[in-house]
Amino acid sequence: MLRKGHIFKWYMGVFLVFLYAPAILLPVFAFNDSSIVSFPLKGFTTKWFAVLQTTEALHVAVRNSLMIAVTTALFSTLFGVLAARASTRFAFPARRSIMGFIMLPMVLPEIIIGVSLLVVIIQMGFELSLWSIILGHILICTPFCIAILSSAFMNLDQSLEEASFDLGQTRWNTFWLVIMPLVMPGIVASLLIAFTISLDEFIIAFFLAGTEPTLPVYIWGQLRFPQKLPSLMALGTILLVLSVSLLLVADYFRRRGIRKTGIESKGGFL
Amino acid sequence: MTQPIIQLSGLDKFYGNFQALSQVDLDIKTGEFFSLLGPSGCGKTTLLRSIAGFETPSAGTLHIDGQSMDGVPANKRPTNMVFQSYAIFPHMSVAENVAYGLKARKLPKAEIKTRVAEAIAMVGLQGFDARASHGLSGGQRQRVALARALVLKPRVLLLDEPLSALDKKLREQMQSELRQLQRAVGITFVLVTHDQEEALTMSDRIAVMFDGKIAQVATPEELYGKPRSRRVANFIGMMNFLDAKILTTSGERVEVDVQCFGKLTLPLAQATGGLEGCDAVGVRPEMLTILTESQAADREIEAVISEVFYYGDMTYYDVKLPFKEDTVTITMRNTAGRSILAVGEKARVGWSASSLLLLK
Amino acid sequence: MTRFQKWRRGEGAQGLFLISPTLAFTLLLLAVPLVMVIALSFWTQDYLTLHRTFSLENYQTAWTEPMYQYLMARSLKISMLVTAMTVLLAYPVAYFISFRISPKRKAMWIFLITIPFWTSYLMRIFLWKVILGYNGVINGSLMGLGVIEQPLSFILYNQNAVVLTLAHAWVPFAILPIFVALERVDRSLIEAAEDLGDSKLRRFFRVTLPLSMPGVIAATIIVFIPTIGDYVTPRLVGGPNGLMIANMIELQFKKANDAPLGAALAISAMTIVTCVALIFIWLNKKYIREAK
Repeated sequence: MLRKGHIFKWYMGVFLVFLYAPAILLPVFAFNDSSIVSFPLKGFTTKWFAVLQTTEALHVAVRNSLMIAVTTALFSTLFGVLAARASTRFAFPARRSIMGFIMLPMVLPEIIIGVSLLVVIIQMGFELSLWSIILGHILICTPFCIAILSSAFMNLDQSLEEASFDLGQTRWNTFWLVIMPLVMPGIVASLLIAFTISLDEFIIAFFLAGTEPTLPVYIWGQLRFPQKLPSLMALGTILLVLSVSLLLVADYFRRRGIRKTGIESKGGFL
Repeated sequence: MTQPIIQLSGLDKFYGNFQALSQVDLDIKTGEFFSLLGPSGCGKTTLLRSIAGFETPSAGTLHIDGQSMDGVPANKRPTNMVFQSYAIFPHMSVAENVAYGLKARKLPKAEIKTRVAEAIAMVGLQGFDARASHGLSGGQRQRVALARALVLKPRVLLLDEPLSALDKKLREQMQSELRQLQRAVGITFVLVTHDQEEALTMSDRIAVMFDGKIAQVATPEELYGKPRSRRVANFIGMMNFLDAKILTTSGERVEVDVQCFGKLTLPLAQATGGLEGCDAVGVRPEMLTILTESQAADREIEAVISEVFYYGDMTYYDVKLPFKEDTVTITMRNTAGRSILAVGEKARVGWSASSLLLLK
Repeated sequence: MTRFQKWRRGEGAQGLFLISPTLAFTLLLLAVPLVMVIALSFWTQDYLTLHRTFSLENYQTAWTEPMYQYLMARSLKISMLVTAMTVLLAYPVAYFISFRISPKRKAMWIFLITIPFWTSYLMRIFLWKVILGYNGVINGSLMGLGVIEQPLSFILYNQNAVVLTLAHAWVPFAILPIFVALERVDRSLIEAAEDLGDSKLRRFFRVTLPLSMPGVIAATIIVFIPTIGDYVTPRLVGGPNGLMIANMIELQFKKANDAPLGAALAISAMTIVTCVALIFIWLNKKYIREAK
C-alpha cells in the first residue's frame, strides 16, 4: 500500500501534467515541420516563426494590442493607486461597499461587461474603436491592480509618513520621498499584470472591437483556417515566453518591495 | 522661574463617543525629562500625539514655547518624535535618515554634512553612516531615530514607548544612555511609557494617567512616597491597604480607626490626596518589618506567614493579620544573619504610624 | 474653524476624495451600463427599430422558449460541474502546497501553478482540442500503445470536453483562495485536535476543512459566476451539444441582432447564477455552524 505522502506526490504529478499539457504542446507544435497540428511529429523547423514576420495583418493587430495594453496598464494602475491608498490609509463612509463595488468586475462574467459596454456605446451613438476596448480593459484590470497595490500600501508603516511630516517635510514631498519609493515595486508589478491581462483578453475585445482587431481577436479569426494553425502555435509560444518573463519581472519587483518594507514574504501572486 | 515649554489646558479628545482625553491641564518645564505614565489605553499616547500635531484636540489649548499650536501642523512645530516602531525609512541609509529633516529645511550641504556627523557620533553610531537601515538591530534603529530627531535641535523631543521593543538588558542600558543624552543636550524630553520602573528611574517629573485624565503629577520620590490615591499607589510599586474610618479631625491631626491596627492619630499631611472620601490606609511592603527575636518596634502586631517568595537579594512574604481577609505583603532584604521564615510560622510585624498614608 | 472645514480635513473626506476618480470610473462604466442593459431587456426590437416601451416579452421568451430553457439548464449544469471539478482538483493542491511544502518554496510553487494560466487563452482552449481530438494526443497515444483500436469519440465536441477545458482554465483561480485560507489556519489548532484524540481524517473534517471554508467559498464564487459567461470554450470544443447560454447571448447581440432578448438572457443568467451562489453560501454557513 502506498503511504499518504506518496499519494499526494502522485496526485501532484498528474495534476501538473494536466495543468501544463497545453503549455508544453504549444512550443512542440510551433517547431514541428508539418502544416497539420497533430501527432506524429514530423521534424524541427523555425519556418512558422518566419511566416509571422511577413503577416501584415498580424503586425497591425500586435500594434493595436500593445497600444491598448500600455494605455490600460497606465490608467488601471493610476486608478488602483488611488483606490488602494484610500482604502488602506483612510476610514471613509461606506468604505467596504465602495471597495466591493470597484472589485466587482473580478467576479463578473466578462460577457456581461462586454455586453453592457456595447449597449452603452451603441445607445450613446459612439463608434466602436480601440478606445472602447481600453475602457473595458481598465474596468477589469483595476481590481487586479488594487489587489496588488493594497498589499504594497498595507505593508507601509504609517509612522513612516508621520516621521517624515514630523521632521518638517510637507505632505506632497512626503508622498514623493517616502511613500512612492516604498510602493514603487508594487506599482511596477501592477503595471505589468494589467499589461499582461489586457494583452491576452479576448471576450471583451471581441464584443467591442470595431474594424480594428486586437491580437486575440486576430487569433480567433485565424483559428478557422487549418493552414494558419502552425504559425499561430509559433505566435502562442512567443506570447507565452513574453508573459512569463513579464510575470517574473513583476514578481521580482513585488518581492523587492516586500523586502524593502521589511516584511516577511508570504505566498505569491494575487 | 522661566515659562513652561509646554502648556496644556482643558484638553479634550473624542473619538466618536469615546473620550480619550478629558480636561487635561499640564505644564512641562523647559529642560526637564518628563514622563507620561499609565496603563495601555489611558490616553498617554494620544496626549503625546496631540503635542506632536498628529491628533487635533476636540477642545482646549496647547502652547509650546508660549506659541499657540492651534492650526499648526506637525511639520511646523518645534517638536520632534521618536516613534514606537522607530519609523526608520527603510530605503535610506543611516546618514540619509539623519539628514532627512535638515534637507527638508533646505540647509546648505556642508552644514547638513557636519550636523549629521555630529548627531551620529552623539548616539554612538560612528562608522554606520552608509549602512542600509533595514539591516540594523533594534538598539541601533533606536539610536538612528534619536539622532534623526535630535539633529534638528527641537525645543521638545517626544518619545513614544521607545524602549518597549528592546529586550530587558538592552532596555536598561538604553535607559541610562537616554538619561545621559538628555542631560548632555539639555532639550526637554517627553516620554510615554507604561513601565513604572522606567518612568521612576529616568524622569525628573511624571504624570500618571488613567482613563484620559491626569491622576497626579510629581517627582518620582513624591509619586512613590506620597501617592494621592489608591489607584496611583497601586500602579507605582506595591502597596498594602487596610480599611480605615475617619473618626474626628482637629487642627492638623486626624483620628482614624484602622483595621488590625486600631485607633490612631495621624498628621493631616499623611492624607496625601485630601481627607475627603478616604476609606483606607496604605503602607508600602518595605515599611513593614518582620522582627527577629532580639528586635523591637514601637508598634507591632502578630501575624502568620502564608506564602514565601524568595528572590535572592529579597524575600517577599505574604502574611495573614488577625481580622483581615486577604494577606499583606512584606518585603525584607536578605541581610547577613537573617533567616528565611517558613510558611505557617508565626511572626511579629513591626510598623510605624508615620509610614501610613490615608487614601481614597 | 467651521464644521465643514473640519470635516474636509478629516479622514473620511480625504479618503472619499482619493477614491472618487476610481469610483466615478466604475460607476460610469459598470453601474451605468448595467442599468442600461436592464433597461434594454425591457424594450423590444424588430429588425433595426427599437421600441422603448416597457415590455416583459423578452423575459417571457427567455423563460418559456424550450430552447432557452434547455440552454440555461445545460449552462447551469456545466458551470456547476466545472466548479465542483475545479474545487475538488484545487483543494488537494492547495493543501499540499500549504502543508507539505517548506515556507521558503511556497511562493515558487504558487508561481508554478499560475504559469500555464498565462498561455494565450484562445490557444489554450485550442490546444485542448488538439489533445482531445479524433487524431489528438490522447487517442494517438492510446492507439499507439494498443489500448484502443478505434479513436475515442466521447472526449471531444461534447459537454465533457467543455467541463475539462474550463476546469483547466479556472483551477489556478481556485487554488489561490483555498491556499490563502489554509495558510491562515492556526497549525496549533490542528495539533490540538490530534492531541484531543481525533484521527487524521476526523481532524481534517472537524478542524482543517471548516476553517478553510472561506477559501472554498471564495473559490466557488470566483469560478462559478464567470464560467456561465464563457462562450469561447463551448464554441471551440463543445460541438453542437456543448453550447452554453453565453453563445446564445453573443448570437443575439451580434448576428441575430436582437439585443433586447440578449440582454434579457444575460440578466436572467446572472440572476440565476447569483441566486445559486447565495444558496451555496447559505448552505455552507449552515455546514460550518453544524461542524462546531
